[in-house]
Amino acid sequence: MALTKAEVAEHLYEKVGLSKRDAKDMVEIFFEEIRETLEKGQQVKLSGFGNFDLREKSERPGRNPKTGEDIPISARKVVTFRPGQKLKSRVEDGNGQ
Amino acid sequence: MTKSELIEKLAEKLIHIPAKDVESAIKEILEMMAQSLSKGERIEIRGFGSFSLHYRAPRTGRNPKTGEAVELSGKYVPHFKPGKELRERVNASLA
Repeated sequence: MALTKAEVAEHLYEKVGLSKRDAKDMVEIFFEEIRETLEKGQQVKLSGFGNFDLREKSERPGRNPKTGEDIPISARKVVTFRPGQKLKSRVEDGNGQ
Repeated sequence: MTKSELIEKLAEKLIHIPAKDVESAIKEILEMMAQSLSKGERIEIRGFGSFSLHYRAPRTGRNPKTGEAVELSGKYVPHFKPGKELRERVNASLA
C-alpha cells in the first residue's frame, strides 16, 4: 500500500478537525503551492523533511529505445529531492522493509 | 520557500480556515509522509510525484579524519521521482 492524497485528507479530517472538503482542498493546495514555487524556479525547503531543488541539465545524446534512432535529449530543468538529515535517519532506523 | 513561508501562503489562500489549523495541517502532512517512508511505505501523489526507498548496499567506508576503515551496513534512503505534470511545468519555462 502506498500513501495517497485521499489518506492524507482523511487524516486531516480526523486529527486536525478540518471538514472533509477543507481537508481535501488543503492537501491539493499544499502540493500545488510546491509545484508553483518550483515552476517559478525557486527551491522549496521543508525543515525536518527535505529540500526540493532545481537542476539545469544540458543537452545530451540519447536514443529512441524502440527504433534505435539517435535523438538528442534537449536541455531541461529537473526537480531533485534531497532528504533532510532527520528524514534520512528516521528511514534508516525504520524496519518496515 | 521555507516551511513557514508555505504556511503563510496557504493561510492566505484558505482564508476561511484558522491560520493555526493551516499550520497544524501542514505539519501533519509532512509528519505523515515521513512516517510512511520510515515504515517502508511508498507515497504516490498524482501530478506531483512519488517517494520510495532505495537500498544502499553495505560498504567499507573511511573515517575522513583518521583514515580508519569502518564497515557501513546496508541502508534505505528516500528517493523522489517527479510526476509528469511537475516535470512538464518545471520544464515549460525553458521551452
